Amino acid sequence: MTEPLSPPRKRSPLNRTRLPSQPPAPRSRTSHGLTRAAAEGRFALQRCANCGEYAYPARDACPSCLSSDLPFVDAPSGGELVSETLVRVPADVYFRERAPWRIGLVKLDCGPVMVSHLHSDCIDGERVRMSLQLDKSGQAVAFARPQQNAPAMQDDRQWREMTADPKYRRVLVTNGRSAVGLATVDALLKAGARTVHVGVPENWKPFPEEERLRALPGVKLVPLDLGDERSVRDVAADIAGKTDILVNTAEFVRPGGLIDRQGASFFQMELAETYMGLVHLAQSFGPAMRMRGADGVDSAAAWVNVLSVYALANWTPFGAHSAAQAGCLSLSHCLRSELHPGGVKVMNVFTGPIDGEWFQTLPPPKVAPRAVAEAIVSGLRSGLEEVFVGDVAQDVRRRLAASPKALERELS
Amino acid sequence: MAAVDLMRFSAAIADGSVRVVDLTFTLSPDFPVIVLPPEFGQASPLRIEQISRYDAAGPAWYWNNITLSEHTGTHFDAPIHWFTGKDLPNNTVDTLPARDMIAPACVIDCSAQAAADADFLLTIDHVEAWEARHGRIPARNWVLLRTDWSKRSGRDYANLGEGGPHTPGPDAAVMRWLVEKRDILGFGTETIGTDAGQAAHLDPPYPAHHFLHGGGRYGLQCLRDLDQLPPTGAVIVATPLKIVNGSGSPVRVLALVGAGA
Repeated sequence: MTEPLSPPRKRSPLNRTRLPSQPPAPRSRTSHGLTRAAAEGRFALQRCANCGEYAYPARDACPSCLSSDLPFVDAPSGGELVSETLVRVPADVYFRERAPWRIGLVKLDCGPVMVSHLHSDCIDGERVRMSLQLDKSGQAVAFARPQQNAPAMQDDRQWREMTADPKYRRVLVTNGRSAVGLATVDALLKAGARTVHVGVPENWKPFPEEERLRALPGVKLVPLDLGDERSVRDVAADIAGKTDILVNTAEFVRPGGLIDRQGASFFQMELAETYMGLVHLAQSFGPAMRMRGADGVDSAAAWVNVLSVYALANWTPFGAHSAAQAGCLSLSHCLRSELHPGGVKVMNVFTGPIDGEWFQTLPPPKVAPRAVAEAIVSGLRSGLEEVFVGDVAQDVRRRLAASPKALERELS
Repeated sequence: MAAVDLMRFSAAIADGSVRVVDLTFTLSPDFPVIVLPPEFGQASPLRIEQISRYDAAGPAWYWNNITLSEHTGTHFDAPIHWFTGKDLPNNTVDTLPARDMIAPACVIDCSAQAAADADFLLTIDHVEAWEARHGRIPARNWVLLRTDWSKRSGRDYANLGEGGPHTPGPDAAVMRWLVEKRDILGFGTETIGTDAGQAAHLDPPYPAHHFLHGGGRYGLQCLRDLDQLPPTGAVIVATPLKIVNGSGSPVRVLALVGAGA
């Protein structure tokens, strides 16, 4: 049984902060089919379209019939642990610092044998369920967990390396005024976050949930205007080194496309609040988080952006909003790459229209703020990079994968 | 003659016998701006993006780019700001006569009323009572409404509550009367607008804007420290930026107060 995690101890200024190291990163182009599945929390393998055999590791020809038609498909994740190895003195710096490290061979029900990282509860010869996880290099690796859930299972040392579990971590939620921000604070506290700093934009304006928020144990309100460089820097000066997970819930939704909107001021505002907000956050919080990626139980672990799924494809009735979100999406990819050396994940949570003021006249389905919050927490606990919340977001994702041009026409 | 007087005047400033009172709030990103329903366009608060600070982007110099609306912080309203003043000549900050930027002020102290009632409205009766003590308001004077509102900050300053902002201001009749019967140059307040917080519900809505700008007069708002001015005798220097076709401008407002005033 996994030993439950102990709360982290206070850091001593006598000790240097250990810098993050990474597990080996190079992968073939083909094997990023696995990366994609891992990013979304799916277990996928190549399966030969000709003979039906599953293949692992990724390759360009079927090992059974030599066909080159080897698409990635979701695969059955069950298997048996057939051997295990405890690596005590690895040559690689990342694993050496974390030794001993447990790996094993898993014979999958669907055929292939995988070299896999092992959860400490896995027992040789017993059934396991496999998943693809993104390691600290951001690359897909196989991970075996026991068939049955057990208490504190989430606290396993090797599993925690693959995830960004909020337990005992300190979080910044950038906008506590929004319904999504509020729900996220509640969900993070429930998931065991130690401290949740909550940004309050335009602190001179009251808001209904403020008193409740202020009274929650572990919650600290900070004035934070994402569009204001100085405001973000000032908050970062106090808490960037204590921010293990940053959840950017910046929200600025206004209807309208290009031609039918009067003037450019809304365009500027939505860029200031969302795109520039992300720029300010990244410049102020990014450096500290990147260097704290291996800083113990409460190391810096993840950066979450809540984005509209229309960042992926422009939806004309909210066309300018979609474009600003697309800008944020592009920035997030840059951020992801820049945070990789620190082992800090960037998770994008794509939502359809949220059930709230700005999509009031839109018919359902709309996404409940609580659903977004729960998706954030479960994404962090699973170590994902891409999360699609609700039917609309899932639908857009599917249609985009099938035909970007068709989706463009359908959304206009 | 004029040259001599001006030398004496500058000497009086230098030796302190003419006091210079800065009536301006520090322009900062967290200073409240007017609140309108979010579906309307909004005034940008101040935003400062650093260009360089003795660093790679500029090794020997520090400077910033700024973004703000014409109506952010302590600011000046030109007649074109309101529909009633849109067709007047010289109604923008770049065309208004420079001599209007320096003028005397009558300061009406309503700080006690404003402390008792955030929605206090100035009426003709209040102004007539003031005139009974200090004399008739001369033509082409600023009228400044002292409420001591500038002693507040943050939430207390914006004072948003049920139904929006609750801040003092003038009623409709007194604004019309000040423009038509007293020929004032403009009207100034310590609050976020020349109008009261609840002025949308007056008739006409926003009467200070309506009558001031319709009459080609000006507004000053977010003034501070009006308690340091005498009821009469102070001279206001308010020079808006010369923004082409500008409806207003952030402004540094100074008051000159003579010794003994």
